[in-house]
Amino acid sequence: MTDAFVPLLVAVPLLGAVLAVAAGLVSERGPAAVAAAVLVVQTVLAGWIGSQALLNGELSNGVGGFVAPYGIELVVDGLSAVVVTLVAVVSLAVLVYAVRDDPGGTAFYAQYLLLVTGLSGMSVTGDVFNLYVFLEISGLATYALVASAGTGRSAVSALKYLLFGTVAASLYLLGVGYALVATGTLNMADLAVELANVGYDSPLVLASFGFVVVGLATKTALFPLHTWQPDAYNDSPDSVSALISALVSTVAAYALLRIVYTVYTPAFFDAVPVARDAIVVFACLSIVVGSVLAVAQSEVKRMLAYSSVSQYGLVVVGLAIGTRAAVFGAVVHLVGHAIMKGGLFVAAGTVDDLTGATTVEEYAGLADRFPVLGGASAVLMLAMVGVPPAVGFAGKWYIALGAVRAGTWPVAVVIFTSTLLTLAYFAILVERMFVAPASASVRAATDGGAESERLGGPAAPPRSLLALVVGAAVVAVVLGFAVTGLETALEPTLDTLLSP
Amino acid sequence: MIDLIATKHTYLVVVALLAIGAYVMIESDNFVKKIIGLNVFQTGIFVFFISAAFRTDGASPVVQSGGGGGPFVSPLPHVLILTAIVVGVSLTAVALGLVVRIYESYGTINEDTLEEVLAND
Repeated sequence: MTDAFVPLLVAVPLLGAVLAVAAGLVSERGPAAVAAAVLVVQTVLAGWIGSQALLNGELSNGVGGFVAPYGIELVVDGLSAVVVTLVAVVSLAVLVYAVRDDPGGTAFYAQYLLLVTGLSGMSVTGDVFNLYVFLEISGLATYALVASAGTGRSAVSALKYLLFGTVAASLYLLGVGYALVATGTLNMADLAVELANVGYDSPLVLASFGFVVVGLATKTALFPLHTWQPDAYNDSPDSVSALISALVSTVAAYALLRIVYTVYTPAFFDAVPVARDAIVVFACLSIVVGSVLAVAQSEVKRMLAYSSVSQYGLVVVGLAIGTRAAVFGAVVHLVGHAIMKGGLFVAAGTVDDLTGATTVEEYAGLADRFPVLGGASAVLMLAMVGVPPAVGFAGKWYIALGAVRAGTWPVAVVIFTSTLLTLAYFAILVERMFVAPASASVRAATDGGAESERLGGPAAPPRSLLALVVGAAVVAVVLGFAVTGLETALEPTLDTLLSP
Repeated sequence: MIDLIATKHTYLVVVALLAIGAYVMIESDNFVKKIIGLNVFQTGIFVFFISAAFRTDGASPVVQSGGGGGPFVSPLPHVLILTAIVVGVSLTAVALGLVVRIYESYGTINEDTLEEVLAND
């Protein structure tokens, strides 16, 4: 019964995007209202369908009555339930910020809803070509949203992102082509069987795996394919950087997990161990290089962006190791990272609006002026470092545990090193905010800023934004306690996913 | 070698298109040319799908009213590529729109010049 509602997860935001355009013709505030209403519906729907999938097992629906493997299948299992709910909740929360901070026009909200459509579609699709289409829908919406800051610089970043993103998606498409030539099917569950029949050492299968992984790794922003990402996060409007840092790469990493385990299955890794080793090596490189680059940054948003490169490396290493603890850790870290990074970008954007401070130096003495905002950001930063009991700790713990159990000790060492490096760059920021006095030069710089002049000196942060950042901090900590519950709920899904 | 050219020439076209597209995208300083390179690259992938669907002596995949008439060329990749072409066109439109914005802001569509302008910004 619930099966029939699965396509609504994609249809509701898509229809909403059209309604937002229509509402824009009627009134100026219309699109924002439509977006809010649609995202509330989407959140309820995702929560309901997701809980059904977690309780009663996989839900699937053949779109348009065409049965799989001939038609496009939409599938919600435990894993996609978690991701699709995350997409709905985070996009609703960030909308609160977007309405307040970047009151863009009709196009902005239509693109916003299209992005949610693409991301939800990527989470629930059970067809590899359909995944490509949703990848490009979310890509197109993201490029336009990045450019919606209206500055020349944002257009340059968006174009750079577009070139990278399109080549990545094209490589993915080429990989799908190889798999189609080898097997003649596009359905994920069907491909798993057919690829095994073709033989994992067939050049076609190996080539398709290579192209698909490189394509999705670029979208996930793994080193050395990450160069589009810091510019895109830094130059987009504040609310957009919060949204895309929290969701876009997260869903790409989920897609990578889905493809690796549902399509190629763990048996592929057993047959071709070099594929696993290669992914582990690249992910470890990302973890270390991302952290080192983050330490070297002076701008806060850029630092957060490089930190993402390292955190996604952690997720990918978890999924490549492939023991149950490691994959569960990767999922927890994905969810946790989305909440923590989203919250931190909202905090960084709010600080920018209030004081014009964008660099680490300018953050000096910030906690004295905004104690609640500073405190909540500090909690989020420490959660990201991995201080227990926050969710950042839980994710890293499970990934490291999985690595040790699988006998890959070097990975555990890399995770430990990256934790220290993460502490290094966030400790600088926390020290600036809480300990360092606001120096005269900084005060002059911030007071001279056009932003604070317009606002007449540093005012108190708006309550809705404060609630958003504090909420993210609370969720990051509470989720740390809820992890064992999530593990029980995801157990059947992970067992099916990881059984060879 | 001759045999390869005689039977698999469409795949050689695929390789050529992918290589030319990637080369133009990397080597050209002009953003419009980069986008043209991107299009050539994507076209290479489209040709790959279409070649994979080809079958010697295959008929168009429209079944006669009486049935029969096979063997047929696989229609699935054609449909997929139709979708992919639409995606490619939308991407090109967005990319060219961004190039127009960059030209309005900085007065150049040359990557090297733009980098100099941005560095002085």
